[in-house]
Amino acid sequence: MEFTVIVKRECETCQMVVPVLEILRQRHGLTLYCQDDPSFPEALGGARDDTALEQSWRLGVEAVPTLIRLENGAEHARIHGWDRAAWRQITGIGDLGAELPAFRPGCGSRSVEPGMPERLALRYGGLHFASRVIEVSEDEDPIEVAYDRGWSDGLPITPPTALRVARMLAGTSRRADEVIGLIPPNLAECTVEKAAINAVMAGCRPEYFPVVLAAIEAALKPEFSMHGLLATLGFAGPVLVVNGPITTRIGMNSAGNALGQGNRANSTIGRALQLLIRNVGGGIPQEIDRAVLGNPGKVGFCFPEDENDPDWTPLNVARGAAPGSNTVTLFHGDGMQGVIAWMSAGPQSLTKSLAMALAAVTHPKLCHWGGAILVLSPDHYAVYRKAGLGRRADIEGMLWEALKRPGRELVRGAHGVDEGIDPALAEQMVDKFHPGNLLVVRAGGLGGGMSGIIGGWAAMRNRSEVQIVSKEIGP
Amino acid sequence: MNNRPYTMLDPTAERAPIARTRLAPPESLDGATIGVFSISKERSDEFLDRVAAGLGERGHKVRRFRKPTYTKPSPETILQDIVAHCDVVVEGLAD
Repeated sequence: MEFTVIVKRECETCQMVVPVLEILRQRHGLTLYCQDDPSFPEALGGARDDTALEQSWRLGVEAVPTLIRLENGAEHARIHGWDRAAWRQITGIGDLGAELPAFRPGCGSRSVEPGMPERLALRYGGLHFASRVIEVSEDEDPIEVAYDRGWSDGLPITPPTALRVARMLAGTSRRADEVIGLIPPNLAECTVEKAAINAVMAGCRPEYFPVVLAAIEAALKPEFSMHGLLATLGFAGPVLVVNGPITTRIGMNSAGNALGQGNRANSTIGRALQLLIRNVGGGIPQEIDRAVLGNPGKVGFCFPEDENDPDWTPLNVARGAAPGSNTVTLFHGDGMQGVIAWMSAGPQSLTKSLAMALAAVTHPKLCHWGGAILVLSPDHYAVYRKAGLGRRADIEGMLWEALKRPGRELVRGAHGVDEGIDPALAEQMVDKFHPGNLLVVRAGGLGGGMSGIIGGWAAMRNRSEVQIVSKEIGP
Repeated sequence: MNNRPYTMLDPTAERAPIARTRLAPPESLDGATIGVFSISKERSDEFLDRVAAGLGERGHKVRRFRKPTYTKPSPETILQDIVAHCDVVVEGLAD
């Protein structure tokens, strides 16, 4: 029987057990490693130097002191911290530590400090990547190399070093070599590793990565038609709406400026999806991306729903997800058009204002083309709540009715405008959208009677081919 | 983080070679504007003058450029000027 013990000087529990370690060395063989100062413990003439943490990493040490009992070189028992009864049992020394308290917890191992496991895995051979390595010479700037290679959407990227990618992969329980699917337009195979590389470049933190993976999987659902969305002449790109407790956990912003700049998660998660489509899928503007104008959201467009009001049914739950689940919903969004309605004191007037603005999506005289997300601000939501009409079904129902218009006002040629709907619909009341293509999402800050309308891709008129999709966010 | 040697992992589907490829030459020079770019190496003008004259005789539009010294990289403005106005460029590199 012999023992291995890992300690660090800055740990008070490690300092406390030094007399015990002396006894252990006298009775059995003891191999002692110190993580921060090999001169510690002086009473034992120091320890083996593990400041590089190789042994700590190889032994999987999570806290110090860690006591490991070996028999014929194989581990038989392990404990960390000081627990007198357990140390006596493992060492077989019945009076061990009589002068010490019965119990004192240890300290975290330096080998498990944030980011360290990945650094050690790379350094000591526990981690290998399938992706090829691009060397950057001393004279080159990695960010400029990324531009030159066409990896960027126009903004600087975070250079995808092996260490950063390893840390990103620590954000998911999924294996790096797992294939997520084929990314359009080139239908190139995408692994979790490739997704992690692009998430690094987008500026994501590892805890965002499960959202990125769910967004990729959602985008690859055939009914979302990611290929067509990428290749379209239209304005649209993927818009991500995130629901569930994960939005708070990773620090997304559903309050003031939720659709704007300034929040890392909002800004980078959508960007990761778009970079992946560019880099793995080959979706390059002015090549297969034929957008006439595009929209600024094609850099990345992602925001969470405000779920602070328990009376409100979140978007994902309305679409069938379990309450409290984490979900990403993908919409084909054209960009954002604001609607200001300060003076609406009641829900009827406000609904009409919102409907007038929604009717302009794609073209005021077109129906069933495109969909929309109405981003309902807190002040507008309060108008409905105050009138006892604050449930999702109330608001959606009122909007749906207000968006019915006489066909004769909308047919081609009406009002001297060539654009319009089929003249055969002249005598009907016509809905603006296909059922399911108008989403109401709560977000924004207080103080203004204004909401946002994210118009949708004109190809949503083909209901069987182009649909809004949701995907649960996995671990 | 140790920056040297600095490496990055390839974010692409790795269908293109690791070294960047050159732009494909145009299929035809019909209507092309040809830049003739002197790096200010001794006597390069003698050669480039003949090149420019020959291209002109063949009916091509020619624009001349010159960077101040061959000992230093070209000022960015000259490169931008070439990109903005030329379809191809002939660069005089040596004596």
